Amino acid sequence: MSMTAPEYQALAARLAPKSKPWVNVPKAFFTGGCICAIGQGLILLYTGLGLPADTASGACSMTLVALSALLTGLGVYDRLARHAGAGTLVPITGFANAMVSPALEFKNEGFILGIAAKMFVIAGPVLVYGLTASVVYGVLLCLGQLVV
Amino acid sequence: MEVVIALARAFLVGGSICAVGQVLIDRTALTPARILVSFVVAGVVLGGLGLYQPLLDFAGAGASVPLTGFGALLARGVREAVAESGALGALTGGLTASAGGITAAVVCALTAALLSHSRDK
Amino acid sequence: MATPIGGRSYLFARPPVLRGWAAVGSKREGEGPLGGEFDAIEPDSTFGQKSWERAESFLHHKVLELAVAKAGLSYADLRAILAGDLLDQCTGSTFAVRELDVPYLGIYGACSTMAEGLFLAGFLTEGGMAPVAVSTASHFCTAERQYRFPLEYGGQRTPTSQWTATGGGAVVLGGEGGSGPVLLGGTAGAVEDLGIKDAANMGAAMAPAAAATLGRFFADTGTVPADYDLVVTGDLGAVGSELLYALTEREGLQLRGHHTDCGLLLYDRERQDVHAGGSGCGCCASVLCAHLLPALAAGELRRIVFAATGALLSPTSSQQGESIPGVCHAVCLAAGEEDSLWK
Repeated sequence: MSMTAPEYQALAARLAPKSKPWVNVPKAFFTGGCICAIGQGLILLYTGLGLPADTASGACSMTLVALSALLTGLGVYDRLARHAGAGTLVPITGFANAMVSPALEFKNEGFILGIAAKMFVIAGPVLVYGLTASVVYGVLLCLGQLVV
Repeated sequence: MEVVIALARAFLVGGSICAVGQVLIDRTALTPARILVSFVVAGVVLGGLGLYQPLLDFAGAGASVPLTGFGALLARGVREAVAESGALGALTGGLTASAGGITAAVVCALTAALLSHSRDK
Repeated sequence: MATPIGGRSYLFARPPVLRGWAAVGSKREGEGPLGGEFDAIEPDSTFGQKSWERAESFLHHKVLELAVAKAGLSYADLRAILAGDLLDQCTGSTFAVRELDVPYLGIYGACSTMAEGLFLAGFLTEGGMAPVAVSTASHFCTAERQYRFPLEYGGQRTPTSQWTATGGGAVVLGGEGGSGPVLLGGTAGAVEDLGIKDAANMGAAMAPAAAATLGRFFADTGTVPADYDLVVTGDLGAVGSELLYALTEREGLQLRGHHTDCGLLLYDRERQDVHAGGSGCGCCASVLCAHLLPALAAGELRRIVFAATGALLSPTSSQQGESIPGVCHAVCLAAGEEDSLWK
């Protein structure tokens, strides 16, 4: 073949249809905004019921996680996500979907190596690197205290 | 009126954070899993530097619901735990602060798997 | 004996007759432009089975059963089944044939499996192992969970991605008697890899293999695309087809106007949200059996080149950052032996 690999890769990149940010970004903004507004509504509801602000925020997260699990179980969340993209990926509902969807998917592989093990296939890295970053931050804080 | 303003702030800030994620999806080769990881780590860094708290104060759920908020929560948990119990707090603070969300996700995932199954698209 | 021509092509001395064939699809395939041409459309893609893998095997078994029946034969008449699929270790095929008690020759060529099987079957029948069946199937759900994400995961598909067909095709060929289209010959392809790494752009990964094999086929046989009613590639989709034209035009081969792609025929891209088109073993196999072979049998097409392409990646190779090797095998099918260019 007379075309070299770099030439071909450049051609393939040129001929590949591009995603349309002017459609996708507003959709992501709107959906993500709505999910956060629902979250804010929940926080207002819970503080109205007398929960302290911190607890209300935690309860809001848990409610959204449960809602996301429900929508994922009903087969609706991915349909929403097909349009919303990052709008459903970035909120905590996306994190919940990343745990619920493999749990559903690998049901046939059993409770241990299927549901339980696969639950963390996508969400696991978020916990691993989020927690590691927080530990690094904690160590830096301790070092800072020593210096001071 | 206050309620409407609070909702609008959450909508605008939360929507903007998601829009950043969409730009990353459309314009880079980052996979969704990498974007989630970057957002959480970015949240820890911003939270650690004290830059995320003003956003949380302004937008409430608009800042706490996106995964950057999860990262900031981890950072805050560590900061409080280190202040309270010293070096050990660096290890316990993150999960202590986020225990509710993570446990809820685990239990919900297991429950959903018991009650439902995946469908063709 | 088959006659080698050129470097990598062969003509069969006694071209085997394609005695029977069948195509089975599911809901999306039934709603596509070829929906009415399938032998069976089962709207429930679970096929009544408890796992997606079982559903695929059930579909695969069903398509074999239909093809054997349409050939007027029974399993006991078959000397062998050549079958393959996309699942780990080709279990989709194994489980489809495990109760049939027919010698089973498992093959793997990813989405090129149908052409690879036909090519090999030509030699087997020429060598006395006849009749044989060639079959393959794929299922959207098994492919998603093996190669990509859980079905309920909220991800966005990129515009270059292709939709794995839930479908299959089977052909029974060779042996005494029977009438139908014939397998004149073919070209086996080498693995081609021009460094495409994006698993959501299979068409781009496979187009170099299609260009290389088709180039060899036309050079070896001394023919040009215009000598055939149709040159059909398997599952390059919209992106891969454009790249195929770009590659072959540089070699002086004019495919535009003579070429179509199974991934573009199976679905309506505007209406069915399949992005760059269909893919999967079952895509070109079902298009061949639902659409192309009936047209050859009816004389609407006299002579075609069927070149199926496969992306030979695995989830492991992708995760390790390897580029995607492609392969393409081409076979020449004609309405009858009199349509051969080489008599």
